[in-house]
Amino acid sequence: MKEAAARAGYDGKHRVQMAVSSLTGIDEAELVTQAREGETAAFSELVRRYEGKIFRLAQHVTQNREDAEDVLQETFMKAYEHLDQFKGDSKFYTWIVRIAVNQSLMKLRRRKTDKTVSLDETIDTGEDTVVREVAAWGEDPEQRFSREELGDILGSAIESLEPLYRSVFVLRDVDELSTEETAEVLGLSVPAVKSRLLRARLQLRERLTRFFKRKGDDAFAYM
Amino acid sequence: MLTCKDFLGELSDYLDETIDAELRAKLERHITECPNCWVIADTTRKTIKIYKGMESCSIPADVESRLMAALEKKIAAKQQK
Repeated sequence: MKEAAARAGYDGKHRVQMAVSSLTGIDEAELVTQAREGETAAFSELVRRYEGKIFRLAQHVTQNREDAEDVLQETFMKAYEHLDQFKGDSKFYTWIVRIAVNQSLMKLRRRKTDKTVSLDETIDTGEDTVVREVAAWGEDPEQRFSREELGDILGSAIESLEPLYRSVFVLRDVDELSTEETAEVLGLSVPAVKSRLLRARLQLRERLTRFFKRKGDDAFAYM
Repeated sequence: MLTCKDFLGELSDYLDETIDAELRAKLERHITECPNCWVIADTTRKTIKIYKGMESCSIPADVESRLMAALEKKIAAKQQK
């Protein structure tokens, strides 16, 4: 450990910053191997690589900044603690995303602000894929709204989704995980991920249409 | 003949470009004839794009420093064992 730490610049309070400069080019699998061998700096580099994405994911799922920060810390604490249990069958990132999603859903359950935090809910067919608004969008929303306004609109739209749809949408369309990876992370089947993704996309589309539709275009019932 | 409901069922795979050429051709024929489905496909594509474009992966400095402090504490505790 001492040798490894010296190689990585392990030096009390400065170890994290030192790690960043020396390990940035190393691939994830190699970093995981080093971290499992006890190289703290390799683990710090993994944290640095994924902390932003995990924080964003946790914010989306919990819809609460304080909870998201807790989730962020708990995720990397658990990952560090259970690193020896990571078998390397999947990507390290997929493994920590799974931890983060579970921690986020636990937060929601504790808050009890949402009764539908199970990811295994039976799929009902029909109602959620009904499209009610079919207005074309006006000019580029990014030109029409300030970045802040746009952020609020997108944030409130995503917040209105149920957690199970939110999680699938964020993993697939924001984090850009594959359908198979998303299924693995959430413990769902591939068809269940696809079904939830379609609903999430359509629900978001519908909510955003209320803000972005072309002036004068009336929404009308469809399908 | 593809219905609007059939089209909607394939929309995600169509936008993700994970369908075979034959089905893709059928879906594209449908949207040239159905303005409603064209609008739905177009606005759903824009929905996905706008979320990808807006999302920032940066972490606030205060959040990061608390994370690092917590991890250092954890690492130190493990090393003492």
